[in-house]
Amino acid sequence: MKQGVRVLVGTKKGAFVLSSDAGRDRWEVAGPFFAGWEIYHLKGSPVDPNRIYASQSSGWFGQLIQRSDDGGRSWNPVGNDFRYDGVPGTHQWYDGTPHPWEFARVWHLEPSLGDRDTVYAGVEDAALFKSVDGGASWQELSGLRLHGTGKDWQPGAGGLCLHTILLHPTKAERITVAISSAGSFRSDDAGVSWRPINKGLHSEQIPDPVAEVGHCVHHIAMHPKRPDVLFMQKHWDVMRSDDGGDSWREVSGNLPSDFGFVIDVHAHEPETIYVVPIKSDSEHFPPDGKLRVYRSRSGGQEWEALSQGLPQEHCYVNVMRDAMAVDGLDECGVYFGTTGGQVYASRNGGDSWTAIAQNLPAVLSVEVQTLR
Amino acid sequence: MSGSAEIRLTLPHHLRSLARIDGELRLEVAPAADGTLSLAAVLDALEARFPVLRGTLRDQASGRRRAFVRFFACQEDLSHQPATDPLPQPVAEGREVLIVLGAMAGG
Repeated sequence: MKQGVRVLVGTKKGAFVLSSDAGRDRWEVAGPFFAGWEIYHLKGSPVDPNRIYASQSSGWFGQLIQRSDDGGRSWNPVGNDFRYDGVPGTHQWYDGTPHPWEFARVWHLEPSLGDRDTVYAGVEDAALFKSVDGGASWQELSGLRLHGTGKDWQPGAGGLCLHTILLHPTKAERITVAISSAGSFRSDDAGVSWRPINKGLHSEQIPDPVAEVGHCVHHIAMHPKRPDVLFMQKHWDVMRSDDGGDSWREVSGNLPSDFGFVIDVHAHEPETIYVVPIKSDSEHFPPDGKLRVYRSRSGGQEWEALSQGLPQEHCYVNVMRDAMAVDGLDECGVYFGTTGGQVYASRNGGDSWTAIAQNLPAVLSVEVQTLR
Repeated sequence: MSGSAEIRLTLPHHLRSLARIDGELRLEVAPAADGTLSLAAVLDALEARFPVLRGTLRDQASGRRRAFVRFFACQEDLSHQPATDPLPQPVAEGREVLIVLGAMAGG
């Protein structure tokens, strides 16, 4: 396989695959795949980069899972029966009344670190599913939904979605997930039992700002070499944990706004992290109409604006929670997509940016495969 | 009526793409004991022939029609009648097409 980068872009109306050699200066755009469908997420297997899973859904025709075994050139639908384990019960509705758990869509697919046929799916209404047969069949890891706090979970504006799944690279039994707006949760026995890990989070939008659950976590990122250090973009606040989520502290520091959705970590520098500040929970666009990525080289607290190559006036796009990723080439590439349909790439760790695709449908997710 | 009946069916663009078919579909459907054909029997036959369509028209767990799926035939909207009710005779006899479509909805 030729060395290069493949960027997997999920949008409101289809999927796109952007490819380049290691120079990352000329990009080939393939797609749309599944035109007209919402593609919440695509992700490749770390074991076999030709194996890619995609979540395809629509308000009309429900959920499908697509699988490619040739690096995204061709696709085949696999299993789409996401059935909650047992009697699903209820969570809280927006008005505080009990509401039955109902499957809506798959927000995030996380292929296993060690087996190309094993993949996890985070779904709305919030639950975690696992497939060990390449997506043909799915079983709920219901210990998460049933561990005790599930009845108190309440949807955020985007729905009650499980959107983040982190697999620990050395502790194979550890899975960390995040749910809007319930918080973050961890299992240390491969998904059988779970507990909330939200100590240190403070959310003024809930009656008890330090409650065990109810926090609107937007995304969590982890560097594979430092897997016990977690970085979180919450509804408001950028947070950090140095103990695998047992406790959190705020590292928003000098950000112009600590509201946002994405957060990611540099491929080679575990203390270098990226966020895209968004003005507020009701104004989902960058402060001052200037699209700026902020980088901290100290694991948070001190941040610098990265704006070279990004629009610095009249820019009112958003960057969704799964729409940032990094490549693993020697000089780390950073990528993100916007609701305006641009995909921006930096091949120098964020110092400068280029639009590698423009005028796509609103981007929902960006993942990157480094091909060696 | 004995044996199976052949009905005519059209699917919306996205489902034709999924099932990898073009144009109108002719589908063998087994009638009920009383000889009638129901929408549920049509969907059973459709999903048996094209497993990729499972879950796209009705929820796999509950069997309920998806909210934005409609079934029209003979200038009537059949979407809201029980799926086990008999289909109009012209549909059951293959003279009229059962139209499956996505509801008018933005997005």
